[in-house]
Amino acid sequence: MFTSRGLGIALAIVCLLAAPACARRSKPPLPPQPAPLAEAPPSVTPTPPPPRAGAQRVEDLQPAAPALSEDSVANRSLDELNRDSPLRPAFFLLDSSDLDDSGRTIVNGNVEILKKYPQWVVTIEGHCDERGTAEYNLALGERRASAVKTYMVSLGIAPDRLRTVSYGKEFPFDQAHTEDGWSKNRRAHFVITAK
Amino acid sequence: MRRLRTHAALLAMLAGTAGLWSSPWPGASTAAAAGQNQTPAPSQQPEIELVIGGDAGTPPRYAVPDFVASSPDAAEIAKTIGQVLWDDLAFEREFYLIPRDTYSTIPPARSPEQVPFAAWRELGADAVFFGSVQKSGDKVVVQVRLFNVRTRQQVFSKEYSGTASNPRLYAHTAADEVHLQQRALRGVARTKLSFVSDRNRERLLGPIDNREVKEIYIADYDGANQRRITTTRQLNLNPSWSPDARAVAYSSYRNITPQIFISLIYQGVLENATKNVGSNFMPVFSPDGTKIVFVSNRDGNTEIYVMNRDGSNVRRLTTHPAYESTPTWSPNAAQIAFTSDRSGKPQIYIMNAADGSNVRRLTVNESYADRATWSPAPFNEIAYTAQTGEWYDIKIHELATGTVRQITFGEGSNEGPAYSSNGKHLAFTSTRAGGTQVFTIGRDGRGLKQITRSGNNQTPAWSQ
Repeated sequence: MFTSRGLGIALAIVCLLAAPACARRSKPPLPPQPAPLAEAPPSVTPTPPPPRAGAQRVEDLQPAAPALSEDSVANRSLDELNRDSPLRPAFFLLDSSDLDDSGRTIVNGNVEILKKYPQWVVTIEGHCDERGTAEYNLALGERRASAVKTYMVSLGIAPDRLRTVSYGKEFPFDQAHTEDGWSKNRRAHFVITAK
Repeated sequence: MRRLRTHAALLAMLAGTAGLWSSPWPGASTAAAAGQNQTPAPSQQPEIELVIGGDAGTPPRYAVPDFVASSPDAAEIAKTIGQVLWDDLAFEREFYLIPRDTYSTIPPARSPEQVPFAAWRELGADAVFFGSVQKSGDKVVVQVRLFNVRTRQQVFSKEYSGTASNPRLYAHTAADEVHLQQRALRGVARTKLSFVSDRNRERLLGPIDNREVKEIYIADYDGANQRRITTTRQLNLNPSWSPDARAVAYSSYRNITPQIFISLIYQGVLENATKNVGSNFMPVFSPDGTKIVFVSNRDGNTEIYVMNRDGSNVRRLTTHPAYESTPTWSPNAAQIAFTSDRSGKPQIYIMNAADGSNVRRLTVNESYADRATWSPAPFNEIAYTAQTGEWYDIKIHELATGTVRQITFGEGSNEGPAYSSNGKHLAFTSTRAGGTQVFTIGRDGRGLKQITRSGNNQTPAWSQ
């Protein structure tokens, strides 16, 4: 989904230019559903039932209808929203927690969406690439998440709608041990936790 | 002098105070002293020479023949115990362990009275074991005896009994007791490792694809009996053993923000010590087990805190706008080493444990240093992860002299050192063998041993 930063920026700009349907249009094919899990741990948010495959296909056939798309965003479950999130990840330079211009552009887009859906509560996850110790990367991830939260609050999002958590280098988005892979892993990822 | 020190160590051992041991090899004639007399007269020789020596200046040569099965169904257990005992003794490198295949032609004695001392003498052995295993139902009785080949005297004799479920434990126990008796050394054969692993390849619960759970595992010090102790299907990090090795503290994301949980692993009891206040990482039990030092962002910035084991009496130790993390206790609990990036890059610092005062920087010649781990006595050194080129290696800072030595040299990226309880070994992780795996190595950089082989494994902790 985020194969290049340029694509992310372009999509974010499209989002900024106002189309509630933007999220629908930029949607890639749905990933396969994970296998059902035998045991469920205690969870803060109850897990909604999986979406019906048929309903998804009907939506995909009508991506151009803005009103319907908006309803579909509003009506989608948290799991559905997060599997194909309208909130874009923001990327960072090596060993940096500063949001650069492209990062701010992406976060600006996310802020617009949060203003459109004021009941949404979001967890900002800070992630790092594998260069750096496991321990210190937990710090860097925390800083990245906090930097994004501070910026979003400065744009008018209430702090209590934004939770931060650092995953250090534990969950790379791209497993490749290359600069291309690393650049995708240095990121702030947004998870909608309540709507 | 050498002789005197050996005597002192033995006296300490006999008084039940382990932890001291003399590094130089005693001569072949060294005997257990009955008193502190520096030059005992021949008439004052004790009844039995307990410590088996080798040739002057070299470690004694040990042979561990197969244990004898007193009943046919004990054969497998007997074979296991003999091999594991050899491995345990070889691991500490206090003795020279004669390779077992070189004495396959010497038939194991059927009884302690039948030990073929002449054959062992010809092989060059200074010490030879006799062992037997008797099994009845699920119970076993294991006899372990150690003989001085030169004098043909028995210097060690123990009988262990218990269940047949984990025969390795009998070998581990005998190895620890022989090390204590012969070298006044606390062996590590009964210690355990804990680490994080993604080997189950289970997918994380929740809305995000492409993530695998990481659970806490434990294993014997030699990698045997690896098993999972958490089933959260979430991310769990940085295990730490309680001093009694009955509990493991770790941080878990099961409540989304990481909290410090304490798992009483033999009772199945789980305690949430940080009670969902902020994000909490990297718990480390104090040497007496009553406190836990940890990292938290509960006051806004990432700082180091200490709390009672039950989560009460949380006190903040650091106050700095930079990032403070990865604490480790000094063996007497008076000081804490930690990582801070107040200089721009992560470096190791030391502070007083009581109030966070007297902060001073330890690593001054590293570009990047993290995960300090303080050696137990009798050593006085701190191991850490240091950047060496693009990746990382393990280095050790001797506190008395300030000298730094490196013990890994760019074979993969090496991180996360953790000392064994006797200070002679370190566990760490390396990418040298595919994935990230746990290894152990001597503090002198010798004796590398791979512990894990499945999935990725990280942040080892070594029990006392």
